[in-house]
Amino acid sequence: MKHTLAQLKRGEHAVIADVSSIHIPLKLLEMGCLPGNSVELVQVAPFQDPMYLNVNGTHLAIRKETAAHILIEKISNE
Amino acid sequence: MSKQINVALIGNPNTGKTSVFNALTGLNQKVGNYPGITVEKKQGICKLPRGVKAHIIDLPGTYSLNASSLDENVVIELLLNKNDKDFPDIAVVVTDVENLKRNLLLFTQIKDLEIPTVLVINMADRMGYKGISLDIDYLEEKLHTKIALISTRKNEGIDKLKDLITNFKDVSVSPCLDTTTIDPIYFGNLKKAFPNQLLYKLWLVITQDVNFGKTNRKEFDAVADFKTKSKGDLKRLQQKETIKRYQFINNALAKGQSIDLSRAKDLRIKLDRILTHKVWGYLIFGIILLTIFQAIYDWSSVPMDFIDGLFANLSEWTKNIMPEGAFTDLIAEGIIPGLGGIVIFIPQIAFLFLFIAVLEESGYMSRVVFLMDRIMRRFGLSGKSVVPLISGTACAIPAIMATRNIESWKERLITILVTPFTTCSARLPVYLIIIALVIPEGRFFGLSYQALTLMLLYLIGFGTAIVSAYILNKILKIRSKTFFVIEMPNYKLPLLKNVVLTVIEKTKSFVFGAGKIILAISIILWFLASYGPGEQFNNAETIVKTQYASQNLNEEDLQQKIASHKLEHSFIGIAGHAIEPAIRPLGYDWKIGIAIVSSFAAREVFVGTLATIYSVGNDDEATIKNRMAAEVNPILGGPLFNFASGISLLLFYAFAMQCMSTLAIVKKETNSWKWPTLQLVIMSAFAYIVALIAFQLLK
Repeated sequence: MKHTLAQLKRGEHAVIADVSSIHIPLKLLEMGCLPGNSVELVQVAPFQDPMYLNVNGTHLAIRKETAAHILIEKISNE
Repeated sequence: MSKQINVALIGNPNTGKTSVFNALTGLNQKVGNYPGITVEKKQGICKLPRGVKAHIIDLPGTYSLNASSLDENVVIELLLNKNDKDFPDIAVVVTDVENLKRNLLLFTQIKDLEIPTVLVINMADRMGYKGISLDIDYLEEKLHTKIALISTRKNEGIDKLKDLITNFKDVSVSPCLDTTTIDPIYFGNLKKAFPNQLLYKLWLVITQDVNFGKTNRKEFDAVADFKTKSKGDLKRLQQKETIKRYQFINNALAKGQSIDLSRAKDLRIKLDRILTHKVWGYLIFGIILLTIFQAIYDWSSVPMDFIDGLFANLSEWTKNIMPEGAFTDLIAEGIIPGLGGIVIFIPQIAFLFLFIAVLEESGYMSRVVFLMDRIMRRFGLSGKSVVPLISGTACAIPAIMATRNIESWKERLITILVTPFTTCSARLPVYLIIIALVIPEGRFFGLSYQALTLMLLYLIGFGTAIVSAYILNKILKIRSKTFFVIEMPNYKLPLLKNVVLTVIEKTKSFVFGAGKIILAISIILWFLASYGPGEQFNNAETIVKTQYASQNLNEEDLQQKIASHKLEHSFIGIAGHAIEPAIRPLGYDWKIGIAIVSSFAAREVFVGTLATIYSVGNDDEATIKNRMAAEVNPILGGPLFNFASGISLLLFYAFAMQCMSTLAIVKKETNSWKWPTLQLVIMSAFAYIVALIAFQLLK
């Protein structure tokens, strides 16, 4: 089953599966949010929003509404 | 005679680009604006071996040539315009060794414009600590470039970079990505239509909103035919391009870079656990703000008292050594007090810029944006509005310019509209002098009452900004797509050199910018206060002497009476009396009225104006503050600056829109007179009403 990045919990890791939604700004892809890259949810602000991510070594924050358009595959957290 | 080499410094934000610029140019810097827009243009001269000079332009930080803000547009407009006098002979792309992969994306784009490009890998001093090792020769070959591995912190590698710049003709111009491979059919057709143009350049023209000069426009007009693809299709191609670029970069880094993860001890994780924590994060942010205000108030009082006394003495000294006459009066009573009124605030303004520079340089500001986004959004703002609102405490002008990285137009507009409510450094002079006059000394839990009042005024400023944002968010019917992406950079110890240069440069531009207006206004005011029409002014001496003939006044008192009679019937006195009815309910006399009116040019004029008005005809060496304390309310009696009128004045200055430069910048940034006009009218009317209520309740 496909998940979105918005469902990730703090400290969880995943792999980005699809970023083709038109609601995802190009800037995000340019910062490394590309299919196949690993992503970790480092920290969340109150109400889980915004989300502080580590995408393949790049640290960035995005809003939950954008994260909901990014499809991921969860990696079991051992 | 060798020609000057044009160098463009380009790079992602947070790569230490400014440090490289400072290392290359030292103090040979000039900061201006790009023609027509207010994006800062930093230029400097760097002396190279053999007497060659490099003209270095520090372009705004950008993640990519696909511009999403005005700042970023500057970069692409320069790089696409070969006729620009600043068009670079060589581009220097600055990257951070820890974020090399992402930083290289921009590098590959610049390379594809076939501009000679060298790569700077900065922060080399952190490599050992992070377990990173690089094969420079291999990377140079793979990326078709020359690399300078430098550390601005340790001042290493700068000479290598200078060498590379000197020999810019040897740098390869071969591209990184064959644009055709993104979509062979589409780009094949494009190439057929424009055989003489660089394909990547055409692609940028198609996808970007580039404003070309007249000369270039014709050349690219025909490209419009190729915009036929739908936006979604173009975006898909851009995605494909990005993926291809990363493939190229990964390919080069696979062998050229190795990272020993076990050695990467991360300070970031530990710090972020606290600084972005749901509770501690906000608490620490609050404490930082509190410290800043305490510092501005307490630490700067010593140098300020010193400057205050210095100017009073200077004025006195000028009077003593120069021959008596109108010219001496102009200098001693007009210009010196006027200048003193601005110089005195240098310590505070410098402190403020110092704190802002440190917060930005250390990487902490991004954490604040992260913490505040959700809260700010509730008020129609963005987390990124925090930066303008905090910089607004220095000056609304750079603050409004700093709204440019807010992606949503509605959030950006609201931020622009409410930013002038934040307490800018120009309000500070007014606040400080009035607080000193009407708020008692004494301490509350180690914080002085006066510092607390100041803090309260800052909170009122922020509070009003937030509440008006909330209202604007409900009223304004603007639909704009919102997205929000912010990099969370590594924590860094701020570089002293960068911080010092920023503080000097910003303070200088504040003092000279405001200084010019203040100087001009104080000269005009002096004339208006020293001359007047009609009998009452010209025969002041006789009139006063007859009036007080029965009372046996000594010479000094008599002179005082004559001087104040003259002032009252001077041009400025007449004007002041004309507006007095409007401001009397607020607790002000006509002198304050004049100061308020002249403050609409710029708030900080207030103190200078009062200084000039009170100096005219006053011979003693008292400081501005003492003179103000001695003023008596002509109607109510008692000191003019008492608690009620003081609070009323503080509130008036907190809310009124008194700054021409801010209005001008709002006009420029919103491209309409509608918004600055609304700001001026609504803010000032609100200020009047609040000040009126405050005075009537407190008197």
